[in-house]
Amino acid sequence: MELFEHLSFGFGVAFSLQNLMYCAIGVSVGTLIGVLPGIGPLATIAMLLPITFNVAPVGAMIMLAGIYYGAQYGGSTTAILVNLPGETSAVVTCLDGYQMARQGRAGPALAIAAIGSFAAGTFGTLLIALAGPPLAGLALKFGAPEYFSLMLMGLVAAAVLAQGDMVKSLAMVAMGLLLGIVGTDVNSGVQRFAFGINELTDGIGFIVLAVGVFAIGEIVANLGDPEERRVFTDKVKNLMPTRADLKASIGPITRGTLLGSFFGVLPGTGPSIASFSSYMLEKKLAKDPSRFGRGAIEGVAGPESANNADAQTKFIPMLTLGLPASGVMALMLGALTIQGIQPGPEVMTTRPELFWGLIASMWIGNALLVVLNLPMIGLWVKLLKVPYRFLFPAIMAFSAIGVYSVNNSSFEIYLTAIFGVVGFVWIKLGCSPAPMLLGFVLGPMMEEHLRRAMLMSRGDASVFLTRPISLAFLIATVVILITMIAPAVRARRAEISD
Amino acid sequence: MQLEFRSSKDFWSGVMLIAVGAAAILIARNYTFGNALRMGPGYFPSVLGGLLVLFGIYLVAVGLRRHDKIEGRWSLRALIVLPLSLTLFGLLMERAGFVPALLVLIVGSASAGSEFKLLEVLALAAGLTAMAVVLFVWAIGLPYPLFVGW
Repeated sequence: MELFEHLSFGFGVAFSLQNLMYCAIGVSVGTLIGVLPGIGPLATIAMLLPITFNVAPVGAMIMLAGIYYGAQYGGSTTAILVNLPGETSAVVTCLDGYQMARQGRAGPALAIAAIGSFAAGTFGTLLIALAGPPLAGLALKFGAPEYFSLMLMGLVAAAVLAQGDMVKSLAMVAMGLLLGIVGTDVNSGVQRFAFGINELTDGIGFIVLAVGVFAIGEIVANLGDPEERRVFTDKVKNLMPTRADLKASIGPITRGTLLGSFFGVLPGTGPSIASFSSYMLEKKLAKDPSRFGRGAIEGVAGPESANNADAQTKFIPMLTLGLPASGVMALMLGALTIQGIQPGPEVMTTRPELFWGLIASMWIGNALLVVLNLPMIGLWVKLLKVPYRFLFPAIMAFSAIGVYSVNNSSFEIYLTAIFGVVGFVWIKLGCSPAPMLLGFVLGPMMEEHLRRAMLMSRGDASVFLTRPISLAFLIATVVILITMIAPAVRARRAEISD
Repeated sequence: MQLEFRSSKDFWSGVMLIAVGAAAILIARNYTFGNALRMGPGYFPSVLGGLLVLFGIYLVAVGLRRHDKIEGRWSLRALIVLPLSLTLFGLLMERAGFVPALLVLIVGSASAGSEFKLLEVLALAAGLTAMAVVLFVWAIGLPYPLFVGW
């Protein structure tokens, strides 16, 4: 079996001492920021990206990925213990997880969350290994028109499926595309939107934008609306779930995993949509739905599996097509580019150690997280007591060092400050910045593919419709737009974002 | 006619988008537009600017009818203090060195919060700076002088 050959090759890479260490660092940092509210994986990865420049690409990606899925684990811990979702994906877990904790069953809730996440992570890893090669093989046949249509579909889907106002999200994608244009045009050498500033000829730094908007902008917003934190510290005793708990959880874990894997591949659907859908499904299937919200273990098992499966399978479009399906994936794509690796289907064949090593490390990371989260739960709970007034100056310091270290440029620090203000205004106006980041990352590539496609077809725009794969992407784009405008879906979206 | 739109999220989002879009189109007029076959450097930005203006007009129209208020406070203090602290960090990195730049950044940022206790903040700044020196300068080896011209 080729699959096993690939996977064992991957495990060989991931099990090297160095890569194991990066994996352990990644998932620890991830759990940490998952536990701490007010800082998410996006801001953390943006901040720490520059530090990974000296690390080999495989190690860097393993560590960054660990931060991402580690945060999902950490987020559920605080949801269960203090009714406070460390990450948005854990909002649903609060409903029944916290109730379980109040009934003295925090231990089983945490254990089931970890077991479900691990099962989902394992399935997600296998799915990437299975779906990766055929998808990449297909993508190798893509020409400029196919790539343009694919990116268009990805961006539109990401905008309309994301939480928040659809029109604003679409506008933010366009905003990102526009920001991506800044700098020297590769075709003509003309400097666009550079205003004669030397530092802008290479474009706006990816890290500058991400840190400015997601770290600084977020802090300003948080300081305006301080959230109250009631820390409920009860001793967690008796971690083991009962036989009945396990039996009740098998179904939800399986369904949650499948649901999460499905949503994971779709662009724009954050893990919160996956976990919310899983919760609704379990509630519908339950014999006695009134138990939900009062400490039903199914309400923890399903959503926790779903959000982890989603986090894992989000890597599929990024690794095989070079298409980021979420803000974090856009950052990972940026990280690859900075490492000098052109993202796309070629990565799997030209850098097999990167692809398979990363996949194998995710499974190892998931196993590490179970170990990290269950026996060491007390430590994470203590960290919850760190007040925000200590946290945000530290985030500022890490952000500043991170940005400065990219080019040793003070100009980029000033630009970060500006984007902090801009990001805050966007947050206040309800214009979610994540779609902007997707547009920013894809912008230059999209323009390039558009120009090439038009040159190829001698200026005939019908090239996008006459090539079957390209046409399929465009039809999918239209279908997504139409279904999202449908009133029923709109109402459901509103329900989710509340 | 009510003046409720003055606090409408949608209205101001629209205004922001129209402003950015219009600026993009105006600036892009200096670049060759080209045609569909050979797109000049002005083609893509002009199209995007146009899109932004259209989205903006729609949102302004929505904002005049629907009243979706901007929530929370504007945290003016943080909005001024945090970017200012960052700017100082940028200035001091080149002129005074890593340690003073970081100390100023941390103490400055902390003053944006609602609870500011000087002793506590100084301890935090000293601790974080020491950690950053060990981690970034000594362990990772970023080439920054700790102090310049002292």
